[in-house]
Amino acid sequence: MEYSKLIEELKLKFEKQIVSVEEGADVPTLTVASDVIKAVIDFLKNKQNFIFLTDLCGIHYPEQEKELGVIYHLHNLVENKRIRLKTFVTKENPQIDSIVSLFSGANWMERETFDFYGIIFVGHPNLIRILNVEYMDYYPMRKEYPLEDATRSDKDDRFFGR
Amino acid sequence: MKTINSEHHLDLTQEDKKVYSTLNLGPTHPATHGIFQNILTMNGETIVGAEQTIGYIHRAFEKIAERRPYYQITTLTDRLNYCSSPINNIGWHLAVEKLLGVETNKRIDYMRIIVMELARIADHLVCNSVIGVDSGALTGFVYVFQEREAIYEIFEEFCGARLTTNLGKAGGFDRDFSPLAIQKIKDLVARLPKKLQELENLLLRNRIFMDRTINVGGISAERALNYSFTGPNLRAAGIDYDVRVMEPYSAYNDFDFVVPVGQNGDIYDRFCVRQTEMWESIKLIDNALKNMPEGKFNVEVPAFYFPAKEDVYSKMEPLISHFKMVMGEIEVPEKEIYSAVEGGNGELGFYVVADGGRTPYRLHFRRPGFIYYQAFPEIITGSSLSDAILTMSSMNVIAGELDA
Repeated sequence: MEYSKLIEELKLKFEKQIVSVEEGADVPTLTVASDVIKAVIDFLKNKQNFIFLTDLCGIHYPEQEKELGVIYHLHNLVENKRIRLKTFVTKENPQIDSIVSLFSGANWMERETFDFYGIIFVGHPNLIRILNVEYMDYYPMRKEYPLEDATRSDKDDRFFGR
Repeated sequence: MKTINSEHHLDLTQEDKKVYSTLNLGPTHPATHGIFQNILTMNGETIVGAEQTIGYIHRAFEKIAERRPYYQITTLTDRLNYCSSPINNIGWHLAVEKLLGVETNKRIDYMRIIVMELARIADHLVCNSVIGVDSGALTGFVYVFQEREAIYEIFEEFCGARLTTNLGKAGGFDRDFSPLAIQKIKDLVARLPKKLQELENLLLRNRIFMDRTINVGGISAERALNYSFTGPNLRAAGIDYDVRVMEPYSAYNDFDFVVPVGQNGDIYDRFCVRQTEMWESIKLIDNALKNMPEGKFNVEVPAFYFPAKEDVYSKMEPLISHFKMVMGEIEVPEKEIYSAVEGGNGELGFYVVADGGRTPYRLHFRRPGFIYYQAFPEIITGSSLSDAILTMSSMNVIAGELDA
């Protein structure tokens, strides 16, 4: 299987829902509309041998219109090929279909993403915080929460970078 | 992290509640070997449901990493799977090198293989001997811990630290193996087979051990894949996935080694897989030592590899690059990469999003232990409490890796 052929097939099947395709520094990276992400992963898993979910994590780009993202790394163990999928949602309505029904391993990974980014995985069997305390009322990995004390004045970011 | 009443979780009727009892295993319990909690719902001696609580030692590494320069993140990786820190360190260096497009020379690769395989042996020794302890055989544990101590002494000789090694840099190492370190490695390679054989003699064909472990705590290959298992736990279930072979890094493809696989994915198979891996690791170390190429122990990565201290104080260029590194005036390509190594417990992945700044924009650790530990309730449901404890130690659940 060639990546180009696979991407052609995906484009044929999901048309405009494949927002962008990048070659990526290491593996091809596809950005997919959030409402078809589960269908895309289902297709990749059941038709294209991407039977292994390597990783799932969140990301936050405050300057984007759709701020919050989820990144999936899938692995085709038959042909030893990886692929990276991204999907983005708005902060106001951060809902993405859960893929726990496809990969049991996604359960905690999605809980972790919910815990840190507040992304709601629709259809998740037990979407509660996993690493942080249960009474925490914010999502700490979002970029508006700086790690360092924001009132600190002795350190100038112009010189020290981010 | 949430403490839930498992009765609530299982949706039990009033009638059931009379039969079932709730047992708290952890957070601090001698059998968990780390701080995490299992709330078990028991029907007599049989487990009918389990609920895990993790996060007791969550240290927000991913958030901290977003404010740290790349070279300072190595210390965070130490504290993931702290039984095999050098693998985490070198895994991180490999990720940074992939990001920067740095090629290392063969000598560095071979040195890395030696250090990583030593760490793998230390990791597996702990896990396998603890399976023995939890099934009632303390002796083996004491025997092999001597050898683990010897491995830590090698680390100490090589980098100054034992547990949280913070070893090497992107682009190589801080120093070469000293003659004493090489001597210690040679001694270990000569001595370890006997000790491993001792551990095997003690357990492998031991009737009690076999009865306790065969067909206990098993998982099918299909379920293991679905749960994204990696490492010895996946291989014990019969799938020969090993990052060292699938995506060879650090010149692993120069070496000939066996990837052991099990059949049933049970505790016995995990034990055997880890045991065989240690034998293979000894061979790898031996081969790498014998065929060690000449060369430097570091390559030039001006923006990332700190120059030697005496040069910083006496020469212009090293002073400049030292200053630039500390002040964050370094060029990082805008890239996203995923880089993985075969850690003690499986595929240890680093997903780095670099935006050109001094620190990563986003860093995610794929921690194998975090991912496979979620299968624990499924594996232990229906078995007895003592089997559950044995299952936990055979999966090698490390709290540092769970919580990040």
